[in-house]
Amino acid sequence: MKTFIAFVNKESRHIFRDYRTMMVLFLMPVAQILIFGFVISTEIRDASIGILDKSKDDASRRLVQRLSASGYYKVQSVFNYERDIEPAFRRGDIQLAVVIEQGFGNNLRNPDGTAIQLLADASDANTSQMLVNYCSGIIQTFAIEESGIEYAPILTTEVRMLFNPSLKGVYMSIPGTMAMVLILISAMMTSISITREKEFGSMEVLLISPLKPYQIILGKVVPYVVLSMINAISILALGIIVFKMPVLGSWMWLFVLNLLYILLSLALGIFISTVARNQMVAMFASMFALLLPTILLSGFIFPIESMPWPLQWLSRVVPPRYYIQAIKTVMLKGGGLTYMWHELVTMTGFLVLFLSLSIYKFKVRLE
Amino acid sequence: MNIIEVDNLVKKFGSFIANDHLTFNVRKGEIFGFLGANGAGKTTAIKILCGLSKPTSGKVMVAGYNVSTHPEEVKSNIGYMSQKFSLYDDLTVVENIRLYGVIYGLSSTEIKERTEILLNRLQLQDARKRLIKTLSLGWKQKLAFSVAILHRPSIVFLDEPTSGVDPITRRQFWEMIYEAANSGITVFVTTHYMDEAEYCNRVTIMADGKIEALDTPANLKKQYGANSMNALFLKLTRKETVGLDN
Repeated sequence: MKTFIAFVNKESRHIFRDYRTMMVLFLMPVAQILIFGFVISTEIRDASIGILDKSKDDASRRLVQRLSASGYYKVQSVFNYERDIEPAFRRGDIQLAVVIEQGFGNNLRNPDGTAIQLLADASDANTSQMLVNYCSGIIQTFAIEESGIEYAPILTTEVRMLFNPSLKGVYMSIPGTMAMVLILISAMMTSISITREKEFGSMEVLLISPLKPYQIILGKVVPYVVLSMINAISILALGIIVFKMPVLGSWMWLFVLNLLYILLSLALGIFISTVARNQMVAMFASMFALLLPTILLSGFIFPIESMPWPLQWLSRVVPPRYYIQAIKTVMLKGGGLTYMWHELVTMTGFLVLFLSLSIYKFKVRLE
Repeated sequence: MNIIEVDNLVKKFGSFIANDHLTFNVRKGEIFGFLGANGAGKTTAIKILCGLSKPTSGKVMVAGYNVSTHPEEVKSNIGYMSQKFSLYDDLTVVENIRLYGVIYGLSSTEIKERTEILLNRLQLQDARKRLIKTLSLGWKQKLAFSVAILHRPSIVFLDEPTSGVDPITRRQFWEMIYEAANSGITVFVTTHYMDEAEYCNRVTIMADGKIEALDTPANLKKQYGANSMNALFLKLTRKETVGLDN
């Protein structure tokens, strides 16, 4: 126990005496959560649109007003001729153009109706799709109100978005960023600190000492568990305070989930350090082997359901995927063990796998 | 009395034979020089003697324990210092001493007492709170040696302890080695400096994984008709022209 404490002290001193790394450790997560929270947003807010109002009557003005009052759109340009629209798209002034037909107000009450043309910049396919959908929705409502006629369709679909009713993108990006930051810090830092001892030869000295290998590794890893927990707490706090993430489920499960994920990442870091020859290799291995799959394959940014099947299959071996799913279950759906035991078991499986692989590699090296 | 007994030690990595039937003994309290060109198999042998690596075949007894079956007992009876790593750069002098004291199971009072003795001996009292990285290499190596024998092991293994160190410090270093040997600690040392080989009680010269010669420096020089250890070393190791670098 005394040895263990001395070892943890030593490791903590390594960490705290390296100011630059310390800054990276504590500021990177904060910066990333803010960047991902604010920038990577799939929501539409104040999209620039252009209006070509051929009718210029009361009703058309009300429609334009309705669009800009929705908060989704900001009227950037008002065109007089159709030929002005395309250059505006090319310049990137507008993302969507609304063309209102001549005699719009009068024709609203005609049996034949009237028409509105929407032009969207489809070079950004997803956004343009969303802009068009939102806009059609607004126009639809407007039409119903103006004509005073409630359609009586045979079938109506009523959509309710559960768990994230306002479709906030940040609800996606906070769990994703947590997954990314925690795995990066835990795995990268442990793998670098272990390979550093290998590189400098101090690992040899430690191995020749009466310390057992597990004592060495445990002593190295415990400070990082604490560090990562602090990081997890600060990211969560930011998510809850700045981005208003709800925590509907139990805090206890949230804690267990984070701890398990951190342990898994540390085990991965240990495994990387048994394979990597030096700090450089360890860093790049952690970066490429962890960062990209976490961003691309975990469902953080791109939904797993819409991936081609080989990638869907591949995403099953990306541990952050399970963490993100389980975190969402706890925070957004308020689900307990019943709803996420599958994720917990899978993550524990990964933990055991990485640890066994490391022990195996370690033994082989000593032979 | 022999403190190290090596009998027909063989270590193979795949088809490569790093140690080819080594047989030698080291007596208690002697300074035993282990020489050989780079890649001759010295490091491999040291790793086996320290219990870090297992021999492919043969019997190795260190401090009365078999390294294959009781590596833990071997480890707590030896000290080790290598050229590559001396101490942790970002820890202070005292923190480093303390860490090794704790690792080798010394009590707090023992650590305190021995730290003071050590600092006085090295005249490092004023530098106790300095980070290791601010010390010169010579000081680091002297301190590392003192730390390696802090727990008073029966044997200390020194793997090229003086490489890159200036002649004056090397001399001081060897004075410390003699002091340790006089207090009963067996010193097993590898070096590439042939003047240092002269300081050893007995030396062995390895080439190509085999022991080419083993005796006192004076006897070896007589036996091979060389007037210096340097000439002797070249004579015995030159036949292998393409040395495998580590």
